[in-house]
Amino acid sequence: MRRNLLGGVMVLAVAAGVLFAADARAQDSLKIGVLATFEGPFAILGEDSLRGATMAFKEHNMMAGGKKLEIITGSSDATPEAAIKAARKLVEQDKVDILIGPLSGDEGIAMRDYAKTQPQVTFINGTSAAEPTTLVDPAPNFFRFTSNGVQWMAGLGSYVYETKGYKKVVTIGEDYSYPYTQVKGFMIEFCKAGGHVVDKFWTPLGTKDYSSVVASIPDDIDAIYVALGGADAINFLTQYQQAGGTKPLIGGSITVDQSVLSSKGKRRDYLIGTPSAGPLADNWDDPKWKAFVAAYKQSDAKAFNSPTLFSHGYYIEATAMIQALDAVNGDLSDGHKKFRDALSTEVVDTPTGKVHLDHNRNAIASEFLTEIAAGEDGNLYNKVIKVIPDVNATLGVPEDEYKKTGQPSRDAPACP
Amino acid sequence: MSTVADVMPGTTPRWLRPVLTYAIAAIALVIYPLIVPDFWAFQIGAQSLFLGVIALSLMFLGGYGGMVSLAQMTIAGVAGYLVAIIGGNSLNFGPAWPWWAAVPIAIAGGTLAATLVGVIAVRTAGIYTIMITIAIAMAFFYLAQQNYTLFNGHSGFASILPPHVFGIDWRTPIAFYFLSLLVAVLSYALVLYLSRSTFGIALQGIRDNARRMRALGFNVTAHRVAAYAMAGFIASFGGVLLVWFNSRISPGTVDTGPIFDILVIAVLGGMRRPIGPFVGAVIFVLLENFAIDFIDRERFNTLIGLCFLAIVLFSPDGVLGLWDRLTVLIDRAGAANRMLQRPIGNADRTQPAATGRPIPGRR
Repeated sequence: MRRNLLGGVMVLAVAAGVLFAADARAQDSLKIGVLATFEGPFAILGEDSLRGATMAFKEHNMMAGGKKLEIITGSSDATPEAAIKAARKLVEQDKVDILIGPLSGDEGIAMRDYAKTQPQVTFINGTSAAEPTTLVDPAPNFFRFTSNGVQWMAGLGSYVYETKGYKKVVTIGEDYSYPYTQVKGFMIEFCKAGGHVVDKFWTPLGTKDYSSVVASIPDDIDAIYVALGGADAINFLTQYQQAGGTKPLIGGSITVDQSVLSSKGKRRDYLIGTPSAGPLADNWDDPKWKAFVAAYKQSDAKAFNSPTLFSHGYYIEATAMIQALDAVNGDLSDGHKKFRDALSTEVVDTPTGKVHLDHNRNAIASEFLTEIAAGEDGNLYNKVIKVIPDVNATLGVPEDEYKKTGQPSRDAPACP
Repeated sequence: MSTVADVMPGTTPRWLRPVLTYAIAAIALVIYPLIVPDFWAFQIGAQSLFLGVIALSLMFLGGYGGMVSLAQMTIAGVAGYLVAIIGGNSLNFGPAWPWWAAVPIAIAGGTLAATLVGVIAVRTAGIYTIMITIAIAMAFFYLAQQNYTLFNGHSGFASILPPHVFGIDWRTPIAFYFLSLLVAVLSYALVLYLSRSTFGIALQGIRDNARRMRALGFNVTAHRVAAYAMAGFIASFGGVLLVWFNSRISPGTVDTGPIFDILVIAVLGGMRRPIGPFVGAVIFVLLENFAIDFIDRERFNTLIGLCFLAIVLFSPDGVLGLWDRLTVLIDRAGAANRMLQRPIGNADRTQPAATGRPIPGRR
């Protein structure tokens, strides 16, 4: 019995030695952690985000600042707990120098708090787009080159009020920080223009049955603002139509994503003409964007018809990181100081225009006002209505004044 | 290995063996966090310990009481939510009482919830117990997810940290490891003690033949409810550590995934002895953290699943069962080896040495 116990201990000791040995590494390479949702409700989006990051790494032959990039991936299931556990493993066990991620809203807020406890590592956002991540108590070592969910809505509120003539709308979104942020972004302009949001419906992530929401949508409204993503969006749209709903829609940034547009069914015709806004537009007539779309389609046999917001976002974050590393010749020896200065001041030329950071290390970027249209091949896509350059985190309002509207939540802002 | 055999030949007194085993285990557990990086002390070590504690509560119910409850993570979640609501959080919701008030209330609340689960589930058996406890667990999940006045819905609560007591910040990796170790050791001792107490023996009797125990005058229902309460008491401690570890709690903590994780941990380690859940927790946590390094990122959950499947397939009583069988094999080999090494002449020539029959009393 004890002999076996001792044997067991020795086996464990050897195994532990092998695992700890991973700490030793060469000086001419940098460890980059990429954290995305490879499990759970956003698994497909997580895969696509990695596709985007990999494109950026391969474009630079896996090199940055003269050093080889060693990529280590971490997986979350879109819950903040899982994101932090995966981040802890990448940072504390794998000893990454830079961490890119996470993908979704609540994860980002948790990552901001974790970043404060790990000042020796630089954190670069993935596509998480909750507003408080950078606007409330930001971490000095957390950088976001993809704009947030409020910025993505730039131009939409006034467009639907003035051009579409919608005066009264209801909103429906999933019940967590990202849809709160999107609804806030929409309402800032819409309420200012004179519109009314008479009711807001919040449903748990992954809801299958929307019949009670559909039944409570009032008749005297002009449109429904939908901030649902993936399967939730498809379920809601199908059930609303089957219940005989005919109100026009206004789409959140991921509601009109390719994963929804490419789904089959009658709702396709119904979606045509739906206005939306976001950080990209499928048919933008810009050579850099077209080159990016072509490269994306070639990157992987399983890639979508057009880059999603997630591959686009991770691509931008990875590109921004490589550019800053090149600027400092991969030198992180001063506790990342020069590297972080480079990140804070650089201008990144992305497929969707130039991006730079504000004093909270949040992106100032171009946003796209779009409308869904059917292509010649029958596929739906987002048609550009207008490109709005240099949108900042407070939509042009001074920060003090902007913060008075309060953090995005179920109830804030309000204009019933 | 041979040196140990030389120093302590096969004549070690029987009573000394468990003492030695415990001593080695205790030394290893105490030294471990001091020699490994913080990540190993905190995320691997501490997490294995408190997940082991929650799974231990299931092992107690299932192994000694014959009742497999899937609501043990829910009970831990109840205690966790109570700590979050009463003990202060980033939303400044609740009274923000100090830990010495919040933790006992959380443990009491968890135990009470477990008793209620017991009262509801006690008259069912086998698969029906599983069904009814999972129904309760799901009901609690949806309550936490959709209630905003008390549970703060999907977002839950954040910034729930262990206190500073005796001048120690119990959130630092090594301190938190020892806190988890203390809870684990006490829970383990409690379960071991209970299993040998009158109550525990009666419970095992009820597991084996409830009708006969009833005929002997035992109150079967009361014993079972008491077992639920006891398991809930243990799981509540695990829940408090869980919420301090994550520094946050949300409905995701008590969702189906974590609920089944606890069952997987208990089955993986083995439900026969209280050490099983801890062994299971270590394997579970290691796989969860490192499987992604060994295989394609789209497939790592498959690898985890296959490992579980292999263990359960080859050893229905978990890793402990494997260990027991391995011990027998090694003992046989060792015995055969010793016989071969005996000087010729002294050997009992009538007994073929290499057949490796077990030596009676050698286990």
